[in-house]
Amino acid sequence: MMNRTGPETIDMERRKALKTGGGIGLMALFGALGLLQPGKAFAEWNKTAFSSKTMDEALAALGVSAPANSDAIKLTVPEIAENGSVVPVTVVSNMPNVEQISILVDKNPNVLAANFTFPQGTEGMVTTRVKMGQTANVVALIKADGKFYRVAKEVKVTAGGCGG
Amino acid sequence: MGNPMKIRAAVKDGVTEVKVLMQHEMETGLRKEADGTLVPAWFITEVKAQHQGRTVLEAQYGQSISKNPYLLFRFKGGAVGEKVTVSWTDNKGDTRTDEAAITA
Repeated sequence: MMNRTGPETIDMERRKALKTGGGIGLMALFGALGLLQPGKAFAEWNKTAFSSKTMDEALAALGVSAPANSDAIKLTVPEIAENGSVVPVTVVSNMPNVEQISILVDKNPNVLAANFTFPQGTEGMVTTRVKMGQTANVVALIKADGKFYRVAKEVKVTAGGCGG
Repeated sequence: MGNPMKIRAAVKDGVTEVKVLMQHEMETGLRKEADGTLVPAWFITEVKAQHQGRTVLEAQYGQSISKNPYLLFRFKGGAVGEKVTVSWTDNKGDTRTDEAAITA
């Protein structure tokens, strides 16, 4: 008899262990999806900001309030983009201690395109390429010395970049 | 695993310029197939660049970044022969890491 019940008991233990394990797995998944927003680990994908539909929402999600316009930022974009699916964007800031550059397109379904974080020793510049669904403003947001600055330029799109 | 990136890193006057071309579809999740079904979102969410083990750039991407993302940035330091490593992660959890030696 002992021989029979033995394995059964072990099986029950295993089942329990599996259940607990599953629970932990689920927690990890939520964490990965950003549903459990903890104290904000550095470089965790900012789901709220990236799913923002309007400029105001995106700015709020990025923790930006009233960014100042600045001449020390150079935003280079084409005046007219024949192909909206590949629009080159270059942001160069001559400010010291640039910590972050965000690039936004105000009329895209999701306005935030990218968010770059610069450790000490990395220059405050970046070049990337964005998709644009229609003629819109490309906005560069820069965080330098804890303050936010903003510069915007309009790009006329003759063919949209949504796979059409 | 994803497809390999092209990475060029060149040092000039004490500043290393890094150019990266990633290979990725960067699907927005808004595009439809001819039959009207939505193509699910599939895009790079995070990019990290390191020089000799030190992080020199971190980026988060959204759906608005173009297919096969291009990236250019510069950091102080770097010597010929040293390594620059770039990694990305996409929204499906796929990752890819490539490295290149710094040239003059």
